[in-house]
Amino acid sequence: MLAYTAQRLVLLIPTFFGVTFLAFAIMHLAPGDPVELFFAGGLAAGTAGIDADKLVEVEQAKAELRAELGLDRAIPVQYALWLGRLVRGDLGRSLKDRRAVWDKIRDRLGVTVEINVLAILITYLVAVPLGIYSSVRPNSLFDQLQTLGVFMLYSLPVFWVGTLIIIFLCGGDFFAWFPPAGLHSLGYDPDWPLWQRLGDRYYHLAMPLLCTVYTSFAALSRFMRTSMLENASMDYVRTARAKGLSERVVVLKHILRNSLIPIVTILAGLLPALIGGSVIIETIFSIPGIGQLGFQSVLARDYPVVLALFAASSFLTLLGILLADLALALIDPRISFERGRA
Amino acid sequence: MTVRAGSSSYGANVWRELRRNARAMVGLLVVGVLAVLALAADFVASDKPYYLELDGQVYSPALLDYGVWLGLRRWPEPLLNADFAALAERADAVLWPPIPYRSTGVDITGDVFEAPSSKHLLGTDGLGRDVAAGMVHGIRISLTIGLVVVAIQASIGILLGGLAGYYGGWTDLVLSRLFEMMLGIPTFFLIITVAAIFPPSIYTIMVILGLTGWVGIARFIRAEFLKVRALEFVAAAQSLGASDSRVMLRHILPNAIAPVLVAMSFGVAGAILAESSLSFLGIGVPQHVVTWGSILAVARTNTFAWWLAVFPGFAIFLTVTAYNLLGDGLRDALDPRLEI
Repeated sequence: MLAYTAQRLVLLIPTFFGVTFLAFAIMHLAPGDPVELFFAGGLAAGTAGIDADKLVEVEQAKAELRAELGLDRAIPVQYALWLGRLVRGDLGRSLKDRRAVWDKIRDRLGVTVEINVLAILITYLVAVPLGIYSSVRPNSLFDQLQTLGVFMLYSLPVFWVGTLIIIFLCGGDFFAWFPPAGLHSLGYDPDWPLWQRLGDRYYHLAMPLLCTVYTSFAALSRFMRTSMLENASMDYVRTARAKGLSERVVVLKHILRNSLIPIVTILAGLLPALIGGSVIIETIFSIPGIGQLGFQSVLARDYPVVLALFAASSFLTLLGILLADLALALIDPRISFERGRA
Repeated sequence: MTVRAGSSSYGANVWRELRRNARAMVGLLVVGVLAVLALAADFVASDKPYYLELDGQVYSPALLDYGVWLGLRRWPEPLLNADFAALAERADAVLWPPIPYRSTGVDITGDVFEAPSSKHLLGTDGLGRDVAAGMVHGIRISLTIGLVVVAIQASIGILLGGLAGYYGGWTDLVLSRLFEMMLGIPTFFLIITVAAIFPPSIYTIMVILGLTGWVGIARFIRAEFLKVRALEFVAAAQSLGASDSRVMLRHILPNAIAPVLVAMSFGVAGAILAESSLSFLGIGVPQHVVTWGSILAVARTNTFAWWLAVFPGFAIFLTVTAYNLLGDGLRDALDPRLEI
């Protein structure tokens, strides 16, 4: 097990290099130069009637900025330098406002993680019981309605539901039940008592949270149901019934416990989802989270920020895949990754 | 898949299973209706009448439009660059399509942000374009994107997965790292990045979506090739002197291809959803192209225009659900134990 873990960890390294180099290359080969964008902003701000000298000056300033940012070097060299800094824990500075990338990310991380942790909790609390309940009487009316219901929810595009909520529930011409944007009310005061601050925050997070959770019920409840049904047809369940245990005990103690194994391993796969803010939801509801930061940075060609988010996300994805495999092996003694033993 | 009478081929079995599945059949029906609407979009929503009687002459501008487009015909003098709505006023008889507008018919001076009415059944957008016409023509764009993207994904997935599974060894090791790399990429973020930094175009969207979504198919095909490669009939074909490519294409692939159909059906839904998400964020199709997602994007900033959100969103929902239901049904019909 230890050897296998080490082997998988080593194999992670080239994969991680591949992913980050790909992102690096795409951003540096793509049309649209951050330096040009930076200067275009300044020029638009009012330098009408530029003469030739001024243009030469501007070109020089551009070249200097490029050299300062290291953008004048070959892409593999730039990548190596970036990687070297990453290893030392330096994510560089934003091209847009020259703030340290890590500071920008830290500012946004809290709310995204908060939404995602709550979303995962709610998903498990709703979907697991749904899956259990429909597996007790497969193909009953409840089972069919439940399957259809979560399937419909799964098929509703998030950006549609989000826009409908904004239009119909958040002010506008219809109902004004929820705030359309941000995390705080207008008269927000940091000196409010805790319950009032929390109440205000969750009043703002309710709709974004709803949009985050509703699509995820289907996969988990279906997974739970399948897992329950698989275990229900096992011999040990027949034995449990044969020795006269009540149906309740059979379902809750014998079937359910074994069915939870795969559900736990899914959790590891959710690791990247934890910090990956939804670009769409955060854009619709103007939530200052990671997704919004990523989208704004992409639009501004703010390479260092985009690359940092890319690296973090792919690292957690790869780690999540590995942890899911390992968790499966740890929980289920029948699975072994050692060679020669099955 | 052809179904011959009296035969009990694999295809016939699958079709029989599929027909029993009511939800899959609903999905198939919606997919079919959408395909017909996409093909007939120019006749369902057009600013050119089917039939126009003018000064004793009879024209069929809607049909003529095709002739002109193909370079076979020319517009007759009275219709050249004509405003058909104005011509119809003084025509003796006229028959309009059900939606008498073009999807791109800009009308800034007139009906901007009109709510649904008898004139514009589903309202108009900020440039005065008819939403109903935009939605009908949007089917074309959505389906084209869905099908092209899935074709790219399936080609790459089958090729790389097949090579990895058939040759094994180093080929497999290298390609498997590539697959793992693709899994490790935050796909939607990558798509957004590429879509945002390249000039907006439908073709860019197709290429990005096609190049990012193939890894599921590749991994599946690899596993199937690994399994089938070890069977006797492959050894038989090889010992008869069949070339590697012949063994792969004629002997192994037909045994592994059916479940790819399931992945492709889900893939169409995913591609349509991805395109409309990008257009919704304003980094998908160019401004002048009307798609479901781009109509919805206008509603995001003009929250009073509920009709710009409700109708195109429902179209996306309907299409995505139909392809998902079809994929679900196909999976159950092919092999209920399959996990895709």
